[in-house]
Amino acid sequence: MSAFTSLGLPVPDSWWRRHQVALAPAILLAPACLLFTVFVVWPIADSLWISLHDWDGIKPARFVGVANYRELFTDDVFYTALVNNVLWLVAFMLAPVFGLALALFLNQTLFGMRLVKSLFFFPFVISQVVVGLVFGWFLNADFGLVNTVLGGLGFASVDVLGNERYATFGIMAAGLWPQTAYCMILYLTGMTAINPELVEAARLDGAKGFRLLRHIILPQLRPATFIAIVVCVVGALRSFDLVSIMTKGGPYDSSSVLAFYMYQQTFASFRYGYGAAIATVLFFIMDVYIAFFLISLLRRERR
Amino acid sequence: MTRPRKIGLLATVAIAVGAWMAAPSSAGTIVFNTDTSDPKPKAAFEAVVQKFQAENPDITVKMNIYDHESYKSSIRNWLTSAPPDVALWYSGERMKQFVAPGLLEDVSSLFTADMKSQFAPKVLDTVTIDGKQWGVPYSYYQWGIFARTDLLKKAGVVDIKTWDDLLAACDKLNAAGVEPIDLGSKDLWPTAGWFDYIDLRLNGYDFHMQLMAGKVSWEDAKVRAVFAQWKQLLDHKCFVKNHTSLSWQESQSLLYQGKAGMMLIGNFITQGMPAEAAPNMGFYTFPTIAAGVADAEEAPMESIHIPAGAKNKADAMKFMAFMMRADTQAMVNDAEKQLPANSTAKVNEDRFLLAGAAQLNAATHLTQFLDRDTSEDLATVAMKGFQEFMVKPERLDSVLAGIERARKRIYASN
Repeated sequence: MSAFTSLGLPVPDSWWRRHQVALAPAILLAPACLLFTVFVVWPIADSLWISLHDWDGIKPARFVGVANYRELFTDDVFYTALVNNVLWLVAFMLAPVFGLALALFLNQTLFGMRLVKSLFFFPFVISQVVVGLVFGWFLNADFGLVNTVLGGLGFASVDVLGNERYATFGIMAAGLWPQTAYCMILYLTGMTAINPELVEAARLDGAKGFRLLRHIILPQLRPATFIAIVVCVVGALRSFDLVSIMTKGGPYDSSSVLAFYMYQQTFASFRYGYGAAIATVLFFIMDVYIAFFLISLLRRERR
Repeated sequence: MTRPRKIGLLATVAIAVGAWMAAPSSAGTIVFNTDTSDPKPKAAFEAVVQKFQAENPDITVKMNIYDHESYKSSIRNWLTSAPPDVALWYSGERMKQFVAPGLLEDVSSLFTADMKSQFAPKVLDTVTIDGKQWGVPYSYYQWGIFARTDLLKKAGVVDIKTWDDLLAACDKLNAAGVEPIDLGSKDLWPTAGWFDYIDLRLNGYDFHMQLMAGKVSWEDAKVRAVFAQWKQLLDHKCFVKNHTSLSWQESQSLLYQGKAGMMLIGNFITQGMPAEAAPNMGFYTFPTIAAGVADAEEAPMESIHIPAGAKNKADAMKFMAFMMRADTQAMVNDAEKQLPANSTAKVNEDRFLLAGAAQLNAATHLTQFLDRDTSEDLATVAMKGFQEFMVKPERLDSVLAGIERARKRIYASN
């Protein structure tokens, strides 16, 4: 409603005035929508389109329909990568648990606690590339710390990253290290918002230890838990850098994940169409999760 | 609109904007794209460009240096959209791949009878298709076995001339507590050296090139024979235990620490060879396997080309002619520590290079290495297969079936 009507003045009858209220949101949203369309929607549509082609970047693209998808669903490496992605997802759910444990431990007022906290947070600050290199050497079968210790205890050395059975777990361990630190910070921040009166009241009622944690502390940390899980799921699905640095998907694709396989098919084998098909599958997997995330978010806002 | 053109349009806009911001290009400017990002080759090319500009004051060379990995994919963008005037690339199959769709310029006019006589026919072959030359080869290097002569001697190994010598060397080194053959198969490609050489020595050049061209089945008995031969090395425990987790750079340390005895690798290994290790290092040509089949060597060739869409072809040709000359090639290769393609150019006195020159001069044919002789797609599948075979030889059938499936897919669509 414009000021003219509320004051009883005659309304200037211009097109703009009549439609102002209806148009304002559209105008304000336009820049964001335009950028979103150009940089998000268009590339997604383009990827979908490329995934229906056989294209090496030089020859004209040849339309092949769903042939790339048909090949993908009979491709052993695709299933290896998919299973590894699921393993990553499960393993990364440990990060909030470890993060919470660390946060509870560090949430004390002692001399020098800030320093200790920042030391625990350190792995999140350093680059994933460095984390990958450090863990690569750490796990190295010839001179790595893990095998030196194992050797000292009289065990045979294990080439974790060079073994098809253990390679993925070796990389996930490296991935968990910074991820745990991140979850810890989320929880530490969440803990500053805990109402001390509630804790006091619970204590008066005789609650302590695990019961106190389960029924008083954790419910108040729900927002932190929610974000921690969201971040970990995304982190697990887009895992790429550590795989690329630590094993390059090897030995023979046993530690590959979808994002890395996509990269390899696109930029090492120059199968742009096939790479786009893998990207599309990864996109739909993420969609399922994002839908779930949005629904629960909306439901909570309504409450 | 075909896809290359669409991306091309974007790239053209991007490059046009970039060029406009950098410097307005004049008639006497040539743009030269290379992947010579390592310190030595980079310095070598900077010197070459300076010398060329001193000789041709009216021409300015604008060099764009990319890193190796991104170069391989970016060349596909700019070659089809906004090509430079001169581009570094590789001879053989990699070059054919761009000649077939008409992306490179015919430079046969540079190869006068006199010029042709300065290049060995097998070198000229790498840039020749149907009697026409499509580039100027300027540098190559040998592959072979780089070994710790001190460790071999201590273990009682006299020479590695035949396959049996190699097996015996493995046994002796194992007995002496040294892992015989160093390998970094995390990078995949080092395994291809073994496949290539066994195939070349067992089945010969012609068969190998047919296989690389996708004309022979990977489940052929002759291919199986290669793996049977390779299996002997596995049975004799020749290769270092943890090769799957080592990159080729990491694997070198085993050699220099005296934990491993030898390595099949290109001459580029000498660039990072520690001074204290060098005196103990020796070079051996890959051993013979079948009598009378020892006619080919791996010698990846680097060359420069003019894209078909180059804007300043006249000056680009001058630069190509300059790069053909013996004195220029001597200069580049002296700095890069590689062998000049021009046979009249002076070779760096490095003893590994001299040994390499002797080996390559004696060879009838040169190959470019598996990942350059066959399609990138097939090479990736094959090299993963080699690695899997080396760890799980019992899976050979499924490995070969996988490579064959890829071959049928790739070469059916061509």
